[in-house]
Amino acid sequence: MSSMQQVNPKVRGIRNIVNLQGLAAQITQQIAKGEQKPFQRVIDVSSGDPHRTGMRPLSFARQVLAACLYPELLKDNSFPSDVRQRAQKLLGVCNGGSVGSYSASSCGIPQIQRSIAEFITRRDGGVASDPEDIIFSSGSQTTLMLVLHLMSSGQGPTQAGVLTPLPCPHTLPMLLDEAAIKLIPYQLLEEQGWALELEELQRALRAAKGHCEPRAIYISNPGNPTGHVQDLKTIEGVIRFAASEQLLLLVEEVYQDSVFGQEQKFLSYKKVLFDMGPKYSDKVEMVSFHSISNGILGECGLRGGYMEVINMDPLVKSFLMSMQAPYSPPVLPQLALEIMVNPPSPGDDSHEVYSQEVLQRAEIISQNARRGCEFLNNIAGMSCQPVMGGVFLYPSLQLPVEFIQQAEVLGMQADVLYCQKLLEQEGVCLGPGSENGHDDKNFHIRLCVLAPPAVLEDVLQRLSSFHLRIQERHH
Amino acid sequence: MNHGTSLLWKRRALSSLSSTRRGLPKEKMSENGMMSRPKVLTIDTINPTVKKVEYAVRGPIVQRAVELERELSEGMKKPFAEVIKANIGDAHAMGQQPITFFRQVLALCSYPELLSDSSFPEDAKSRACRILNSCGGNSMGAYSASQGIDSVRQDVARYIERRDGGVPCDPDNIYLTTGASDGIVTMLKLLVCGEGATRTGVMISIPQYPLYSAALAELGAVQINYYLNEEKCWSLDIDELQRALNEARLYCNPRALCIINPGNPTGQVQTRECIEDVIRFAAKERLFLMADEVYQDNVYAEGCQFHSFKKVLFEMGPEYSETVELASFHSTSKCYMGECGFRGGYMEIINMDDDVKAQLTKLLSVRLCSPVPGQALMDLVVNPPQPGEPSYERFIKERTATLSALAEKAKLTEQVLNTVDGISCNPVQGAMYSFPRITIPEKAIQEAKKLGQQPDMFYCMKMLEETGICLVPGSGFGQKEGTYHFRMTILPPTDKLKILLNSVKEFHQRFTQQYS
Repeated sequence: MSSMQQVNPKVRGIRNIVNLQGLAAQITQQIAKGEQKPFQRVIDVSSGDPHRTGMRPLSFARQVLAACLYPELLKDNSFPSDVRQRAQKLLGVCNGGSVGSYSASSCGIPQIQRSIAEFITRRDGGVASDPEDIIFSSGSQTTLMLVLHLMSSGQGPTQAGVLTPLPCPHTLPMLLDEAAIKLIPYQLLEEQGWALELEELQRALRAAKGHCEPRAIYISNPGNPTGHVQDLKTIEGVIRFAASEQLLLLVEEVYQDSVFGQEQKFLSYKKVLFDMGPKYSDKVEMVSFHSISNGILGECGLRGGYMEVINMDPLVKSFLMSMQAPYSPPVLPQLALEIMVNPPSPGDDSHEVYSQEVLQRAEIISQNARRGCEFLNNIAGMSCQPVMGGVFLYPSLQLPVEFIQQAEVLGMQADVLYCQKLLEQEGVCLGPGSENGHDDKNFHIRLCVLAPPAVLEDVLQRLSSFHLRIQERHH
Repeated sequence: MNHGTSLLWKRRALSSLSSTRRGLPKEKMSENGMMSRPKVLTIDTINPTVKKVEYAVRGPIVQRAVELERELSEGMKKPFAEVIKANIGDAHAMGQQPITFFRQVLALCSYPELLSDSSFPEDAKSRACRILNSCGGNSMGAYSASQGIDSVRQDVARYIERRDGGVPCDPDNIYLTTGASDGIVTMLKLLVCGEGATRTGVMISIPQYPLYSAALAELGAVQINYYLNEEKCWSLDIDELQRALNEARLYCNPRALCIINPGNPTGQVQTRECIEDVIRFAAKERLFLMADEVYQDNVYAEGCQFHSFKKVLFEMGPEYSETVELASFHSTSKCYMGECGFRGGYMEIINMDDDVKAQLTKLLSVRLCSPVPGQALMDLVVNPPQPGEPSYERFIKERTATLSALAEKAKLTEQVLNTVDGISCNPVQGAMYSFPRITIPEKAIQEAKKLGQQPDMFYCMKMLEETGICLVPGSGFGQKEGTYHFRMTILPPTDKLKILLNSVKEFHQRFTQQYS
């Protein structure tokens, strides 16, 4: 029988999962079987998964997908005419007119690559985007994984490394582990709303020298889980840094449509790059990522995302594409992406409902963020930075010494123990900051605020009473 | 030099220092005094194994086919009216219709407001409700657990038990994957270790489905080829397995044995005896068995039957069923469903060490989960309408029609191709392809060599240019030295297939004449 020694060391090297969601699922099953708990149901707000929290999908998107799945629906007036037209158009770009066929290219359905490229050009005020630079995959982890695999090389002091924000998206550290790439942390500045500081980037790079070969810098903007939206000065600074230090820019921009801070605006790295002129725009290598698991569609379960590859060496790009060749990206999410970048226009039948739904979402998320931030700041031992975008709140936790010691005895991180107890006692599942890279005594938790307001309220109340209990019990 | 410029030089000097230390090529001063900065990602800095990855099914011949399509659409004159992509096992692209019930349920899952639409049958509605109840927030848009939706895994386990005549299946051993490919590559990734002579070797049939060779190349594992016997209808010889293994032991550590049954590209359906022999071999040689069974419903030839590796393993008694490690793979892409675009799949893991299984679970969780619509579809595949249910009759009718059409086309393909001098086609016992052997005249071989092409690539390229038919040359799958083949799908509708086969016949005759 195969043993642990025979398992790929790269796989063994992937850090262990904190499986709170597994525990949440277990508890849900126990409740379904009639077991008594101090709560009626589990509320899981640990990942950016709005449907799980009770947000409804966008009607237009789901109607179009339903019609594409079962084209019989096109024969009657089940759906408004723009839904039918869009479904027909999308079926027309699928081989054999079916969503069950492979994509014409492993990089995606060509017409949809074009739609995305056109969207990017519009978004960036005319900066050209080539459909051949757009590569689809089943979710942003998979697209990122391709690039990480591509750049993975070396061992020990020659191991490729990526400058990674601290905190980073909670799925990222495991991806880096799997690709055998060194995570080089650069601290974001909590006191300044988790801003990025260039000196810190430089410090991190200097510290990494001799220990690994830094090859890239990872950016999450709007920040996951921080909610920070970078300003022009920061973005330009990062681009100059990447240029002078010869680093590939990996820019995750999944929450670009969820910016609600008053003065902030989403600025795409690509646009800023091109506005900086050919000295940068001709040279700086960049890959930007987007997906349907965002704040608007929130279609995490469909698994769809794309990357745009900028200034990559053509030969290297051909290898990237050959890596992708045996894997066809799923079709439904590509159609959803197309809908995301080409929503109903004013005058279309579905426009009104669509706009209302999007507006409602935007309002919910910004109100929730504000409410949540205020509430958490009023809890003794919690502190939350104001959030300008994204879907998470990421408050810091002060934990009693006794509690931290208890966690040590159990061989756990204290924030993980905190989240586990919260789940067991209150039925609320949050994410521990140690998943986001915070593996020291600087404890944080993350919670997704893209949820129906009543759900968030429930979460906040339970969290508050739990936190106070913890403080009292371990005084 | 002013302050600004000296700072510039200082920064450049520092960064070029860091570049050297970081193993990146130094900046060069080119003739016009401009600094030419090499890229971060270059052929020398990227992962060395990715340069070896090839996948013939979507390779250069397909690129040319796409070009020709474009030229045709732009009005260029060609000796053919359309390009026919008989290179890829994509049933829907070739006009196969989806199963109505499946699509109804999925549409209901996508937009549950349709549950009040009376045009949908009750069983489709209740199935959709059941699926949605298992999804977070009752939506297909929520992430599922990384091993897959619990109730779907249970349904898969029950399907396997029914299929295998009651052999028990633990839902904990079921993993829902993004197509079978995801499961296969993940397993290979899990098992690859060692360096040099201890590097993991993986046995794979020649000819093989090039996902395996691509994955092994990318993982830096050693590919151990065992040849299927063309003269005996592509059967598997244990002696050949032994030969390949013994030789491989000299330079690597063989750990896994991959079988595709029914076979791709060969279509052979393994006999029960053969499967038992393979299991005994794997047991004796301590090999991890990987059984790719995605074509399990695609069995056409009389006297042939699909035997699942798991069933045979368990029927061989505890000496084997408690020791041999097995991973078997299935998918929604083939059989009678043809739903490639959903990326639905599962794998069943047998007899894996618990700690190793935990590593597998961990590895799969990195990518969060497989597409939920694919999981939902897989649920329907393993749990189709039952007799008495409203959708049953239609389901059976559609399924039978699709499978019998495939059987008919398999026979037709074998018959027509065998009437051609210089083409010899083994019976297409199962799967979706023919893999005939072609005789290529010496002159053509020389011509191909001059162009730096494999002779069967040269042949297929010529066929594409002259007939618009896109096939995949046998060199993309592996074949015995000095033999040539092509893989052609049997998927086009019967009428079109007849025309296709005729074109192939005529081309072959022309080609042989031309290069005689």
